[in-house]
Amino acid sequence: MNPRILAATTGRILRQLRHDRRTIALLVVVPSVLLTLVYFMYADQPTRPGQPTTFDRIALVMLGIFPFVIMFLVTSIAMLRERTSGTLERLLTTPLGKLDLLFGYGIAFGLAAAVQAAVAAAVAYWIFDLETAGSIGLVIGIAVLDAVLGVALGLLCSAFARTEFQAVQFLPVVVIPQLLLCGLFVARDQMAGWLQALSDAFPLSYAIEALQEVGAHAEPTGRMWRDVAVVFGAVVLALVLAAATLRRRSG
Amino acid sequence: MDDAIAVHDLVVDRGGRRVLDGISCRVPRGAVTGLLGPSGSGKTTFMRAVVGVQLVAGGTVTVLGQPAGTPALRHRVGYLTQAPSVYADLTVRENARYFAALFGRGRAEADRAISDVGLAEAAGQLVGTLSGGQRSRASLACALVGEPELVILDEPTVGQDPVLRADLWARFHAMAAAGTTLLVSSHVMDEAARCDRLLLIRQGRLIADDSPAAIRAAAGVDDLDEAFLRLIRAGEATPTSTDATDARETA
Repeated sequence: MNPRILAATTGRILRQLRHDRRTIALLVVVPSVLLTLVYFMYADQPTRPGQPTTFDRIALVMLGIFPFVIMFLVTSIAMLRERTSGTLERLLTTPLGKLDLLFGYGIAFGLAAAVQAAVAAAVAYWIFDLETAGSIGLVIGIAVLDAVLGVALGLLCSAFARTEFQAVQFLPVVVIPQLLLCGLFVARDQMAGWLQALSDAFPLSYAIEALQEVGAHAEPTGRMWRDVAVVFGAVVLALVLAAATLRRRSG
Repeated sequence: MDDAIAVHDLVVDRGGRRVLDGISCRVPRGAVTGLLGPSGSGKTTFMRAVVGVQLVAGGTVTVLGQPAGTPALRHRVGYLTQAPSVYADLTVRENARYFAALFGRGRAEADRAISDVGLAEAAGQLVGTLSGGQRSRASLACALVGEPELVILDEPTVGQDPVLRADLWARFHAMAAAGTTLLVSSHVMDEAARCDRLLLIRQGRLIADDSPAAIRAAAGVDDLDEAFLRLIRAGEATPTSTDATDARETA
């Protein structure tokens, strides 16, 4: 990796995003609109005393899931565009290192996700009175890490997609199983053993558990840090695998 | 060692078909070498092999004294793909500055590359809004911006008006005079006359490797188009040595 090339690549990706006003608007507004839906869905649900409200439980998890899903999709398409427009082949003939490109995407979309998560968290906390024992800063930090996880998996999956049709199919393959088994619908310890084993293998489960730890504890817990470390490890692993599947020579 | 490119017995298969079949040739430094041949003759594949992004089945390609595709060469070789490979959602200037940064060059070099291809007035325009000819010149600017020692240009003048084509060829010769080596492909024969040397490929085989004057003299005609036609006919009519032996034995 080369810091100058990495910075130039990150800047280039952010500049592309800046020219696409509609995408920026969608990135910033959509999570807040969806949170609004969730708020009114659960507005009349009874709450047991001493328990977090259903909205609090779900909104907290949503703050982690939105950036993951959206950045996975955005990255898959962005990388596929690099491939089909010929810019990827050209980049690979320049001094750019593969990791410069992959980390460039991770940093650029991570920054975009930070803005997105900050807006969504502000709406959740200040308009819909989301209550968590831990701090909003930790929630945003974990949401950004989830976004970077989505970017890393998107970069890896795009290596196996030759067309837009294939790239979009990776959403149900890679993202939806992780959503189903992350503990949002059924608590992880209430699932069948083999489902738990699958859930344990999915990085999103740790990301969601980290958010739930922040929701339940005023101070960062050891379990939360372990979860963050697992997600971070998954990000690095996915990026290294993505670099390994990026071939300079092709047939 | 005076050759910029030395190719020996290059064989490339693509999609189960032999695209290049034992090509051997040399490209001298500080000159414009034309790579001529009909569409589908293997020009792009040959260029990809020189840049080092093509998987080859056999033979060697040595570029500036090193095997093609060596990492150090990526600083010294510029490549223009046939389809313009620039970012449609960035301006011409943003594209040029990004590719300049990859080669450690700055804004001044980027602006010079843009004006060298006659796009100074469109520098602030998004590439996606340019005409086809302008877009391919934007792509050309990005190939030249790193001031490489060897420039591989795949059909750089397609879709340009005659005045611009003359300007671009003058630019190529000025670069060659300053020591840069250029390999330029084309399928229009009137561009062949502008080259210092010519390589003619047909059906994956090298038919001619000489200066335009020598090719005219060998064929005995002034028109290069006609000269190539005669060379091709002569190649098809003359039996190979083994065929000749067979013929004699039969007789």
